[in-house]
Amino acid sequence: MAVPVGVPERQAPGPTTAAAGGRVEGRSLPQMAWRRLRRDRAAMAGLGVVSALVLIAIFAPVLTWLNGYSPTQFNPGAIDPALGGVPKGPLGGIGAEHWLGVEPKSGRDIFSRLVYGARVSLLISVGATGVAVVLGTVFGIVAGYVGGWADAVIGRTMDVLLSFPSLIFMIALVAMLPNANRPLLLIVVIGFFGWSYVGRIVRGQTISLAQREFVEAARALGASTRYIVFRELLPNLAGPILVVATLTIPTYIAVEAALSFLGVGVKPPTPSWGQMLSDAVDWYQVIPSYFVLPGLCLFITVLSFNLLGDGLRDAIEPRGDGS
Amino acid sequence: MGSATTNTTSSSTADTTGDAAGTGGVLLEVTGLRKHFPIKRGIIFQKQVGLVKAVDGLNFTVRRGETFGLVGESGCGKSTTGRLLTRLLRPTDGQIVLNGQDISYLPQRQVRPIRRDMQMIFQDPFSSLNPRHTVGSIVGAPFRLQRVETEGGIKRAVQELLELVGLNPEHYNRYPHEFSGGQAQRIGIARALALRPKLMVCDEPVSALDVSIRAQIINLLQDLQEEFDLTYVFIAHDLSVVRHISDRVAVMYLGHIVELGEARQIYQHPLHPYTHALLSAIPISDPDVDQARERILLTGDVPSPLNPPSGCPFRTRCWKAQDICRTERPPLAEKATGHQVACHFPEDRALIPASDR
Repeated sequence: MAVPVGVPERQAPGPTTAAAGGRVEGRSLPQMAWRRLRRDRAAMAGLGVVSALVLIAIFAPVLTWLNGYSPTQFNPGAIDPALGGVPKGPLGGIGAEHWLGVEPKSGRDIFSRLVYGARVSLLISVGATGVAVVLGTVFGIVAGYVGGWADAVIGRTMDVLLSFPSLIFMIALVAMLPNANRPLLLIVVIGFFGWSYVGRIVRGQTISLAQREFVEAARALGASTRYIVFRELLPNLAGPILVVATLTIPTYIAVEAALSFLGVGVKPPTPSWGQMLSDAVDWYQVIPSYFVLPGLCLFITVLSFNLLGDGLRDAIEPRGDGS
Repeated sequence: MGSATTNTTSSSTADTTGDAAGTGGVLLEVTGLRKHFPIKRGIIFQKQVGLVKAVDGLNFTVRRGETFGLVGESGCGKSTTGRLLTRLLRPTDGQIVLNGQDISYLPQRQVRPIRRDMQMIFQDPFSSLNPRHTVGSIVGAPFRLQRVETEGGIKRAVQELLELVGLNPEHYNRYPHEFSGGQAQRIGIARALALRPKLMVCDEPVSALDVSIRAQIINLLQDLQEEFDLTYVFIAHDLSVVRHISDRVAVMYLGHIVELGEARQIYQHPLHPYTHALLSAIPISDPDVDQARERILLTGDVPSPLNPPSGCPFRTRCWKAQDICRTERPPLAEKATGHQVACHFPEDRALIPASDR
């Protein structure tokens, strides 16, 4: 019995193949996501600020060399000891010499401290995000792909970590190890308490991916678990992981600032925005700029990362499902 | 279309052993195949609260070079059967003998080399292709995974495969989302064909496609079968699709085969009431005949496989059910040569008019 032949199939579908047979290079999903991201003005502004911030952090020594003041250098000449250490000049000493003024009492240059503070903030938040992403991805994939008992144990652990009053625990932990390398300790502690957020998203995505038929197709071809995890699952998880990571960084910047504000963050000679805010509390009526500047830095940084993260999410998952 | 262009340099050992085993015309032999899924509650201390008998005692053989249709409603266990045959699932009970070799309980490590001989085509063409891989990488994966060397490299082998399934070999670097459903399914077929398997399990390969594309894909599968001497197990949820391609057909209901026979027997002399119902749902080309003919409309849903009915699984929806159907399950018995049916009251009813046969 002859099978009726239907309408011939279109040879070249899709938007990329307007000239049939002309272009043969495919457009990958990351390329398409980048095109969508470029159209998102808020996300591009976020990306711009984030890039600038990274450059500032990297070139902090150059910037302080231009300005002429190290962040830890005391400048007794810039303050008025008769008034209890209030900076000389208006607006907390803002002027050609000290671009953003000086700290009261010590006379340290605020611009230099902010620039180095960006370094500390980014180092700790990116480091902690790295720890959280690695732990969360590994445990999330194991829980989602292996399932069963592994999922039960990892799932319960994540629930416990999520319901933990982690800030209090972090304060206790840092206080217990006063002589440890503070930035490293902060990275490990923040990352450890944060991986369950990443883990939960990776687990969910893994479960939904593992049910797709391409995983079965790979198994039908004799692929090992290793191949399936690294070649089939991970490339599809990269997008969601990038989005969570971008949205996690600002959270950790805030956590680091909070810990430093509370006195258990970065140790005093090293500048940090949270620590500066803490010091500024006593002076906000006298020198508002001392309080406003690090606050503004935190605000802009956190906002930019969030705008970028939201934009990335929209670009990578256009339907807005998942994470 | 070109001839078999890909030469696999590694000699297929299963080939020789299979022929030596003297199975003759039979490629696949399934006896008493069962797959039960336990339903568990609890997190660490799990206890079983139910048992889904997805596949509950199948017996059939598939001959070399034939197309064996497996038909039934969703939830009847036909896809589970397909996954058991390709050992993506481990059977609970029963035997699967492929090419003279019992593969039913082989550990995955030992199944791996046998996978060259059995491949699968999936229902959803997009879900079965990894969106992050290029067509070249997808169709080339079988060679890499099975460490098969090809003359002229993998890229050339892939391009030949693409051409074979009717795709432009220039599209090697494209991604799945740049293709239409029918084209994506062709990519899946090329991948399954890469290692020249003997058995191809097609799990509803055209169900997700546009009606206009279905015939093309079925024609392609038929051409490939002829060219490469393939044996198909063709899973579908209605008899109209299977009809053009199948040599023999098994009708499944709730994990059981209720009728099995040559395609001609099933379409012209159906015996089981469930087969009658499926046949009466096939659209007929002549609208006058279509209007006039008898329609059998089943009421209700397939019963839950968690709690299947006693006796005959179909009795809850059968208009002929008697007391005996509740108490005794009818065995799959041969009523004519090669035509088996599991019914207490089989009846030959012609439901497809002669003009449409």
